[in-house]
Amino acid sequence: MRGTDSSSVVLIATPEDVVRARQAGRMAAAALGLGLADQTRLATAISEIARNALHYGGGGRCEISACQEEGHHRITVQVTDHGPGIPEIERAMSPGFSTGNSLGMGLPGAAKLVDSLAIESRPGLTQVTLAMRRKAR
Amino acid sequence: MRIPILRLGDILLTSIQSDITDDQALTLQVDILKQLGDSRALGVLLDITALDVVDSYMTRILSETARMARLMGGEVVITGMSPMVALSLIEMGRDLHDVLTALDVEQGVEKLKRRLDATGDEDDDRPRCERGSANARD
Ligand SMILES: Nc1ncnc2c1ncn2[C@@H]1O[C@H](COP(=O)(O)OP(=O)(O)OP(=O)(O)O)[C@@H](O)[C@H]1O
Ligand SMILES: [Mg+2]
Repeated sequence: MRGTDSSSVVLIATPEDVVRARQAGRMAAAALGLGLADQTRLATAISEIARNALHYGGGGRCEISACQEEGHHRITVQVTDHGPGIPEIERAMSPGFSTGNSLGMGLPGAAKLVDSLAIESRPGLTQVTLAMRRKAR
Repeated sequence: MRIPILRLGDILLTSIQSDITDDQALTLQVDILKQLGDSRALGVLLDITALDVVDSYMTRILSETARMARLMGGEVVITGMSPMVALSLIEMGRDLHDVLTALDVEQGVEKLKRRLDATGDEDDDRPRCERGSANARD
């Protein structure tokens, strides 16, 4: 069995929306029966990516979908913005790289909290996709 | 909505009651440092029991607040970090370097008081320490 069982979208235009996005992620994880640790991991990872979309992409949207596949739950989070894009994805993913005078720990930190983090980016469209897959209980 | 900061003797007490925005976190940092400067308080207790997400931004605000307070001559203790938040921080490879922490408000107050006493007595302690280490070498 496969397919999207539920999905929700949070538009990201303000710092409040970053909070909304991460809390929506936590709720989606909780609704699937994921534990507190996974809820917190997902919420924290979403927070990093949503903030990047706001700061570097000028805002965007965060879509959270949950689905069942072969006895597993899968949560996918896609954060999209229409900003300048990430010219060097590999560098952006490495700890300490920042063009925002920050610590450059957001992307590498988020990647460690979820099962996968994929970036597709060109000028005008950046998509960061996070996924978490857990055995159904 | 501003997060209130209470004064209890030498200590400023404040508590983050829910998930807050980056702007609110930054405002809290400014308010804490300002009150520390304005009042004659020596320490700040910041309770984060209700905070269920601490990401790189919040981590930075927390450790910067503690470092700035220390530069001013004060001390910050952060209390009540949830186990899940601690887990996420460690997994991300983050830490609250050099920040005093305690399990709850009660232990935080004690830790802060001990630390403040120790700093206050620094001049008295030093000769004793030197004597101690000189003896050890003998
Ligand atoms: N959505 C985006 N659009 C354009 N550039 C981005 C985007 N997301 C990240 N970047 C680039 O990747 C860099 C690294 O991002 P990362 O989140 O790891 O660090 P940071 O945001 O600079 O600092 P931190 O997250 O630690 O505060 C950013 O400095 C920025 O140059
Ligand atoms: Mg970032």
